[in-house]
Amino acid sequence: MSTLAVHDHGVAHHDEHGHEHHHNETFVSKYIFSMDHKMIAKQFLITGITMAVIAMILSILFRIQLAYPDKTFPLLTTLLGHFAPNGRISTEFYLSLVTIHGTIMVFFVLTAGLSGTFANLLIPLQIGARDMASPFMNMLSYWFFFLASVVMLSSFFVQKGPASGGWTIYPPLSALPKAMPGSGEGMTLWLISMVMFVASSLMGGINYVSTVLNMRTKGMDLWKMPLTIWALFLTAILGILAFPVLVAGVVLLIFDRSFGTSFYLSDIVLNGVQQPYEGGSPILFQHLFWFLGHPEVYIVIMPAMGISSEVMSVNSRKPIFGYHAMVYSLIGITVLSFIVWGHHMFVTGMNPFLGGVFMITTLIIAVPSAVKTFNWLATLWRGNIRFTPAMLFAIGMVSFFISGGLTGIFLGNAALDINLHDTYFVVAHFHLVMGSAAIFGMLAGVYHWFPKMFGKLMDEKLGYLHFWLTFIGAYLVFFPMHFMGLDGVPRRYYAFTEFASMQKWLTINTFITWAAIMAALAQVAFIYNFIVSIFAGKKSTQNPWESNTLEWTAPVEHIHGNWPGEIPTVYRWPYDYSKPGAEEDFIPQTVPFSQTMSSNLPHDFEDNPAGLEELNKYTSTLKAEEKVK
Amino acid sequence: MMASIQKNNDRLDLAPKKFNMWIFIFTSFMFFAALTSGFIVYSGGKGHGLNVIMPSAFMYSTAAIILSSGTLLLANRAAKGLRFGEQKLYLWLTLVLGLAFFAIQIYAWYVLTYKMGIYFTDPNASRSFIYAFTGTHLIHIIAAILLLLNTLWGTYRNIPQVRNMFKMEMTSIFWHFLGIIWIYLYVFLLLNQN
Repeated sequence: MSTLAVHDHGVAHHDEHGHEHHHNETFVSKYIFSMDHKMIAKQFLITGITMAVIAMILSILFRIQLAYPDKTFPLLTTLLGHFAPNGRISTEFYLSLVTIHGTIMVFFVLTAGLSGTFANLLIPLQIGARDMASPFMNMLSYWFFFLASVVMLSSFFVQKGPASGGWTIYPPLSALPKAMPGSGEGMTLWLISMVMFVASSLMGGINYVSTVLNMRTKGMDLWKMPLTIWALFLTAILGILAFPVLVAGVVLLIFDRSFGTSFYLSDIVLNGVQQPYEGGSPILFQHLFWFLGHPEVYIVIMPAMGISSEVMSVNSRKPIFGYHAMVYSLIGITVLSFIVWGHHMFVTGMNPFLGGVFMITTLIIAVPSAVKTFNWLATLWRGNIRFTPAMLFAIGMVSFFISGGLTGIFLGNAALDINLHDTYFVVAHFHLVMGSAAIFGMLAGVYHWFPKMFGKLMDEKLGYLHFWLTFIGAYLVFFPMHFMGLDGVPRRYYAFTEFASMQKWLTINTFITWAAIMAALAQVAFIYNFIVSIFAGKKSTQNPWESNTLEWTAPVEHIHGNWPGEIPTVYRWPYDYSKPGAEEDFIPQTVPFSQTMSSNLPHDFEDNPAGLEELNKYTSTLKAEEKVK
Repeated sequence: MMASIQKNNDRLDLAPKKFNMWIFIFTSFMFFAALTSGFIVYSGGKGHGLNVIMPSAFMYSTAAIILSSGTLLLANRAAKGLRFGEQKLYLWLTLVLGLAFFAIQIYAWYVLTYKMGIYFTDPNASRSFIYAFTGTHLIHIIAAILLLLNTLWGTYRNIPQVRNMFKMEMTSIFWHFLGIIWIYLYVFLLLNQN
């Protein structure tokens, strides 16, 4: 019976190989319309990095305006034309810059660039699957994302410029094409782009969830999955539940914009003319938007958390501290994220009682977040730490998560928020806790899995330079903003230093701008390192970080189906690092307990009485031998 | 050993793809849940009620979509029993009933606008919601009809039975779901019509 089954298997594989050889890959099917999850991951990563660079340049442009509100830079007119007449960025274009910077960073970089890259790369490789549940849908997911990126960027080429109502596109600004220049074609393009983006996101997310639930290899039960997979899985669930709500909100917005309904519009006077809209409620849009919008920030941060957990465990040569607690806190964050959206709306005239409810649910999120933070610190504690660039970025992620998370406790308080709402305090808070932290998690992932993606190693020295300049730069940029916010400086203002009471912040603005320019230049080190290493990097070995997870058992050369022959079977959890009694300081998930008798512990056999018996036999013979000696 | 045998079948295993459809249904459910929640927030916040007696056309369209679910069930049973002629017949019936549903919904819009004077651009957006619900549901119906056509096309090309059943199941999940969603929306509108 058993030989028959094994024989069968061999035949099946012959089949598969035969099929592969027949199937000639063309340039188009391999690099462009690829259905291989590893190639799609690279496509997502490179598109994401490109979008990130663009968004960073936008931020430098508006930082220049903030630092030098009175100076003229003729070069800006040369580059931007009528968006920057007389060497200064125009007020409308400033708002466009802020809006598109936010949109690109939140959605295109930290949602698609982060989840898209690492869910595609890691889910099949770390759970032991040959590819995604539906490779075709996976390919569509990337191409919808690509189209969404193109449409979003194309809005820079329309006469009146891109959308400028903020990344949250609140009506009435977004609902009335004549409200401001950016509400015209720019806003239309924004909406088209976001619809495509949501389609991409949903197709990706559906695939990720289905793959994790259905296609794990033999032995890979849920509690043997690496934390990266847990995080990406729960992120995908968040996206599946939250994005449709945004679509509903956007559909109604499109009706208001183009069909004359008044879902969100009421009592509007435009250029002195009373508009026919009545009875609408702009607050309704905020409810629908933030029901997505808040889970969205966890969609951004949870993959970064998963990646950091994995990278920190590998490079501390220690099991992750509190694996179960890490998973339960991720689940807790997932559930709680759906009942806190009202904390973005404390000042909309919401019933104070309701505000109190949202405040409590918001503050409860501090619990799972703190559990995670303490677990990361406890993982580092007395670890045999290897400071690879990936490790530095993972630690940096924890640092930003702490310093940004603390201010969340202030902002989540309904009473304090009245003062702090829409000030630079908020800008500082979210740029640290979800901006910098998520970017650092993403960069940690890039440095850590670069060998897996490209079979080459990145240069470490450049990695260190990149890390320190970015880390210091990010703190120099965002930390002073807390104090501006406490002083009441409002966000999104074109030239707030013109107000007499806020003039004193001009020097700080100049300082922040130069810190931002430094941090931006540091990214050149990364881009250079990334591109050069793809072509001329040192060849990587199969398991360069001596890691336990399954992806490092796959050959360095990428093949369709990931593993030649049988998919490896999993016997243990992914965090057996520095296990006492083991020969090496790591035991891959594919090593059965029967090969590691000297390091087995009673709790390895909680649901395996036969194994426990073997262990007891082994230890008693050891003791007997010792007595003889 | 069982597990490794199972893995052999992985290449033909369509279960994960079917699972994709179930998750898609979740996303779609969230979309309609968001729209109806939007209605509650809107009408509750501003005190704008619907005050529209739903046209009786909606009763007929409800009957059509329930019947179509029945014929699809019969088609499914026929496909399982390898009675392909019967399968085709019931698929065609389902298609006709689906198109009838579509047509009746459009007719209901006609009644609403021309007979009852309830317009999409009503200053009372509760009324616009009727069109938002039915319109977005009809877009789903178009997708479901395309899916149905694809399955029907498969039965004429003599595709393997595994694929045939797979297509039937995918179509069934989506089609029955849209029926349930329509009943949900209709009951929701009826409960709020005053």
